[in-house]
Amino acid sequence: MARHWRAGAAGLAVLGLTLTACGGAKVGSDTAGSNSAGSSGKCGTFNLAVNPWVGYEADAAVVAYVAQHNLGCTVVKKNLKEEIAWQGFGTGEVDAVLENWGHDDLKKKYITEQKTAVEAGSTGNKGVIGWYVPPWLAKAHPDILDWKNLNKYASNFKTSESGGKGQLLDGDPSYVTNDAALVKNLKLNFKVVYAGSETALIQSYRDAEKNKKWVIGYFYEPQWFLSEVPLKKVTLPAYTKGCDAVAEKIACDYPVYDLDKIVSTKFAKSGSPAYNLVKNFNWTNDDQNEVAKYIAQDKMSDEAAAKKWVDSNKDKVDAWLK
Amino acid sequence: MTVAVEKPETTQAEEPAAPVKRTRKVGRPMVAAAVVVVWLVLFAVLRGRQTLSLAAADLTDLHRWLNDFNDSIGANRNSNPLFLYFFNEIRLVIDNLVTFIQHLISQPSGGRPVPQIGWLGVVGLAGYVSWAVGNWRVALLAVAGFTFFGLQGLWQESMDTLALTVSAVFVALLFAIPLGVWSGLSDRFNRVITPFLDFMQTMPTFVYLAPLTLFFLIGGASATIATVIYAAPPTIRITAHAIRNVSKTTVEAADSLGATRRQSLLKVLLPMSKRTVVMGVNQTIMAALAMVTIAALINAPGLGANVIQALQSLDVGTAFNAGLAIVVMAIVLDRVTTAAAAREEAARRSKSHFVKWRRPLLGAGAAVAAVLVYLSHTYVWAADFPGDGTVGSHIASAADTVTNWAQDNLSGVTNGIRDVITNGLLNPFQTLLTDSPWWLVGAVLVALGVVLGGWRAGITTAVCVGLLVGTGVWSDGMTTLASTIVATVLVMVLGVVFGVWMGRSRMVDRLIRPTLDAAQVMPPFVYLVPFLALFGATRFTAIVAAIVYGAPVAMKIIADGIRAVPETTVEAATSAGCNTWQIITKVQLPMARSALTLATNQGLIYVLSMVVVGGLVGAGALGYDVVAGFSQGELYGKGLAAGLAIVLLGVMFDRITQAAARRASA
Repeated sequence: MARHWRAGAAGLAVLGLTLTACGGAKVGSDTAGSNSAGSSGKCGTFNLAVNPWVGYEADAAVVAYVAQHNLGCTVVKKNLKEEIAWQGFGTGEVDAVLENWGHDDLKKKYITEQKTAVEAGSTGNKGVIGWYVPPWLAKAHPDILDWKNLNKYASNFKTSESGGKGQLLDGDPSYVTNDAALVKNLKLNFKVVYAGSETALIQSYRDAEKNKKWVIGYFYEPQWFLSEVPLKKVTLPAYTKGCDAVAEKIACDYPVYDLDKIVSTKFAKSGSPAYNLVKNFNWTNDDQNEVAKYIAQDKMSDEAAAKKWVDSNKDKVDAWLK
Repeated sequence: MTVAVEKPETTQAEEPAAPVKRTRKVGRPMVAAAVVVVWLVLFAVLRGRQTLSLAAADLTDLHRWLNDFNDSIGANRNSNPLFLYFFNEIRLVIDNLVTFIQHLISQPSGGRPVPQIGWLGVVGLAGYVSWAVGNWRVALLAVAGFTFFGLQGLWQESMDTLALTVSAVFVALLFAIPLGVWSGLSDRFNRVITPFLDFMQTMPTFVYLAPLTLFFLIGGASATIATVIYAAPPTIRITAHAIRNVSKTTVEAADSLGATRRQSLLKVLLPMSKRTVVMGVNQTIMAALAMVTIAALINAPGLGANVIQALQSLDVGTAFNAGLAIVVMAIVLDRVTTAAAAREEAARRSKSHFVKWRRPLLGAGAAVAAVLVYLSHTYVWAADFPGDGTVGSHIASAADTVTNWAQDNLSGVTNGIRDVITNGLLNPFQTLLTDSPWWLVGAVLVALGVVLGGWRAGITTAVCVGLLVGTGVWSDGMTTLASTIVATVLVMVLGVVFGVWMGRSRMVDRLIRPTLDAAQVMPPFVYLVPFLALFGATRFTAIVAAIVYGAPVAMKIIADGIRAVPETTVEAATSAGCNTWQIITKVQLPMARSALTLATNQGLIYVLSMVVVGGLVGAGALGYDVVAGFSQGELYGKGLAAGLAIVLLGVMFDRITQAAARRASA
């Protein structure tokens, strides 16, 4: 028993020493650390979905920054794939999706049928989808930028995956794509190979430009990667209204998407100032690419990137807050 | 999907095999060869017919039905009483648990800018608990590891990950230990639950991630439940195994002393199997950590989110830094639980005079830990990790440098290797599998199942083949099968080379083993970018990723097998004048045959668990289908069918190789 005491007392003595020797700022005594969110307004919590591509991250960074600093909202960002983000409208876990690419199926399901979501207007971004080649290739063979000449070069695009044909590389499965139908209907001697992720696609292009390799594939803008490697778009037969009505028979280029915002019905009716911000949020592809570049290439944090852009674009931000 | 999940019941294929007739045994390889020859001949004739191929966007009726089912659940979730009174309640309980632990160690709570326990308190607790359940060496490791998270600039993320892991493991054990005990006591229950466990471990998480958010909403609760589903099986299996392995005589002795069933369970069975059960807990922790990155896809906070976000901008360095934190956490938790399992035994053996000091020391330690917790609760310096995480940015830039160097200097070599293997091995094999009529491939699989594994394995194979056809993704399944088999062959080549080397030299073993541990725990998302640079977006990249994950297991099993060969046998062979090469090929490898089959079994299962990751880097087929189902509503049903196909392939392989292993060891 005595030993017990001795050890215990020794321990306590050490601790006592520690306690008295160290002091310092106490938790909660300084308010500088975080000026408690939500204190300055009726905005409350704003749940913002962040879909997994850097362009969207840029949208979200700026909107979140403005909501937080100008409106006093508590912004909760949620990293989610599109499908799951839309699911969240109904359960009240997601208030807004800032960059929607078409997705007519989701609009039908959640806006028309379940009525849990509503549209909140355009982001101002123009979504361009198409087939792209690395710049060195466009320079070396300028005629490759016309789809009619693609068969001429098909054999150069052969890879171990393409079964003797030229390879047309597709990316993430969530992309809107008609490529398989296009290859067939335009009678191209190509095979669509699914890279499976945006990462794989970008890495392929990066490698192609650096080592002068032949790569043709799906890509889109606005996209931060284009400021690192300015890919060149191949012209496909022009898009006309309705030419993509039947999925199997598509033989025309992709339409230019007017990227838009979707919010939950509840959020739209809530009268939250964050809803007005989302509704008014509107900028150009160049704006988005600039912020995306800060994040992806300059490795700034979302917050810092947003701050940098917001500080130098006061007029635009003010227009959103009206 | 990244961690050692050894299926324990496979580790002892010790069911007494039926006596094999000598006359048939000679014929088995011949019969298998004959089956293959017949296949090749028929392939030449029937090529390209009835291949059941399905284009990427095409669906079958089954897929559409699954879609509709999924939609109807989503549409009715606010009116359905099952949701209101069952799923919502579960979600609430788990969500509260997760939030509670998060507020404790990772997230600001109750108006405080920092969590209740700051870094100093967590480090102190980690050290104290590790010392109390293990020994002072693992306590030092825990303290060093936890401090390292802070130096990496990832303190909060690491604590979020730890909070999720702790809640998931807690919930998993709550169910897994009773279920394990039950299936240890009852053979019938064991038979019923085994297919479910197989299912839980091989079904790709991507498949049930989206439905889970439908049932349990986005965030902590869903992430925890997804983790529980994947991580619980090892504990169930190992607990059952431990209960079953308690020696019969001990139990009988207790019975004869008049112990009731309850008494013999609580006083005899459980205490005697405690050590093994702790190993099961260890496996569950490792499996839970493997889910960290996947769970980030449904907004689970923590290190996984860092990995995924860095991957979007191809920032290898940042992804590696976060991945390294996961590895460190896994190593700390692994070593601590391993030490905990061994502690009592070690304490009993060492007659150190420390033993009598243990209790007072424990008390003093608890007091120290309590004071550290108090300090970290009260003072800013002990709550917020000091410093700005410069170590992390150094690690990131070093990783970037290494990756860039490898990409610039090795891609010629790696592309060469890729082309040789793709053209020489993968393409012909895949053509054979995908261009043969489905019934021919099915018949060949069943025939090989019978020849290698016996009638029962043959029947299982036939059922699996039938169900595979039913999923509607047969052709993709065959493409995946081809890559899987090629990857497994390569895993076995590496496994034998390194396994023998490690088995023959303790030194080599000690040097290589940490690398193997790291390869198993590092989230594959971290090394996908460099692999893409080295091998392009191809099936081969997926194969390489699968090898990184699968080869360590094979190496470890083979090394243990080689080491188990009796010293005397090797000495006898040496004195008989055998050289090293002869000893390996004529003595050690033949005698380690059952380890080799077990390694093949585990290698295959591990490779199969990487199919979905492969789908992200150009492997296409089932992996792509699963990812696509996760991303697009219309493809949900197809993704689910593809997930089922992966499970079926896994079950088929597992049963054949296990039956073959039993025969080999007979």
